[in-house]
Amino acid sequence: MTATPVTQIVVTGFGATTPLGGDVASTWDGMLAGRSGVRRIDDADHEWVTRHELPVLIAAPLAVSPTEVLPRVQARRLDRCEQVALVAAREAWAHAGAPGVEPERLAVVVGTGIGGAVTLLDQDDLLEGPGLRKVSPLTVPMLMPNGPAAWVGLELGARGGVHAPVSACASGAEALAWAVRLLRAGEVDVVVAGGAEACITGITVAGFVQARTLSRRNDEPDRASRPFDAARDGFVLGEGAGIMVLERAEFAAARGATVHGRVAGFGITSDAYHITGPDPEGTGQARAITAAVRDAGLEPSDIGHVNCHATSTVAGDIGETRAVRRALGEHPVLTAPKSALGHLVGAAGAVESIITMLSLSEGVVPASLNIDELDPGVELDVVTGGPRKMDLTAAVCDSFGFGGHNVAVAFTKV
Amino acid sequence: MADKPEILSGLAEIVEEVAGIEKAEVSAEKSFVDDLDIDSLSMVEIAVQAEDKFGVKIPDDQLAELKTVGDAVDYIAKNR
Repeated sequence: MTATPVTQIVVTGFGATTPLGGDVASTWDGMLAGRSGVRRIDDADHEWVTRHELPVLIAAPLAVSPTEVLPRVQARRLDRCEQVALVAAREAWAHAGAPGVEPERLAVVVGTGIGGAVTLLDQDDLLEGPGLRKVSPLTVPMLMPNGPAAWVGLELGARGGVHAPVSACASGAEALAWAVRLLRAGEVDVVVAGGAEACITGITVAGFVQARTLSRRNDEPDRASRPFDAARDGFVLGEGAGIMVLERAEFAAARGATVHGRVAGFGITSDAYHITGPDPEGTGQARAITAAVRDAGLEPSDIGHVNCHATSTVAGDIGETRAVRRALGEHPVLTAPKSALGHLVGAAGAVESIITMLSLSEGVVPASLNIDELDPGVELDVVTGGPRKMDLTAAVCDSFGFGGHNVAVAFTKV
Repeated sequence: MADKPEILSGLAEIVEEVAGIEKAEVSAEKSFVDDLDIDSLSMVEIAVQAEDKFGVKIPDDQLAELKTVGDAVDYIAKNR
């Protein structure tokens, strides 16, 4: 390792609600057990699937509805994406031991890809149907994309700034990067950061269907998300939230906090190539990974593991493996958490960062599911068949998004 | 003229639904803002539901005058 950055950023708490479980522990256990969060959704809760004759009958809905966890009155004031943000933030804050930080030294950065689209649609139905009187006065705060961040800020009393990066499927990872910037700049001592998404609804599924990005493996839901497999046919839309509590190392040490890992560095680049399609050579992605490693004061040889963005689309996955090879070499061991979780869009980068950090601290990388025949273009070691014990010191989590957003975050073991 | 206890009970149900305050807490002398901690957005929801339930009109300038639960009960009783 080379020189370390001046300000170390440590992770003192994390929380999540995902298709595999209502918290981090159940999600992690599900990952290690090789469970899939993908299931059929042509049911009464998703009547729009059959009403619109959508060709995609699968998704990765939350394992535990946030309305089962939050008080009823609070839940009815929130869009589902705000509900999941609060659920994950509460777990993370408690896990961090509810840091005693001055409100002015506490910031929130919670991103979302789509935000309160379901509220927008529901309220538009009310306006067009029964009319103005039935439109909720909470419509705008429920649909605004800064809503998840704002509610977390209210809950925790954060007065050091509330931010909401919006970069599609990279939003959750970009939030962590912004948190690192704020902490390094010394603007605040603690940042609650992550991503939230809950947009499994007719129009988003239809839009992704028309973009030809979703898997249609309806008859085998748990086999549908298969990044790096030769027969992959698209991603599976999921929902959830992941939140981390990040602190300046000296602040965490002074309060005697338990440290679970370090966010050592990040890299953010943009492709300027196509609005949805990734650069097939993975050039921008490679630059992001390289930047993250350099920012962390590490060498490519230090990175033993990459937690991949790999969504199971035909176009995306191979570009990423090219980017990994270009940035790091042949040695990193890969896994693709979306094979189990589905694609959590704006929450993906945050939830997968938590998985990456647990892989480091627990010394085990969950398997990438459903690889029957590895795409010959991968040319790297992917964990399959079951979790693999690994003695890792540093790992990178990749997150890329529609719009050509590339974010890589480097984590190191404590 | 409507039965005021009946209006109070109906209004309390709405307040419980919108703001999560137990029906028993919603008594005539309570201020919506100072005692029950109901914000302006929830007041709009409560007013719309009260209009539907009791068949009254509560214009915005009137709503602003309804400081207590008792004010609302009296207004509804007079105008339904």
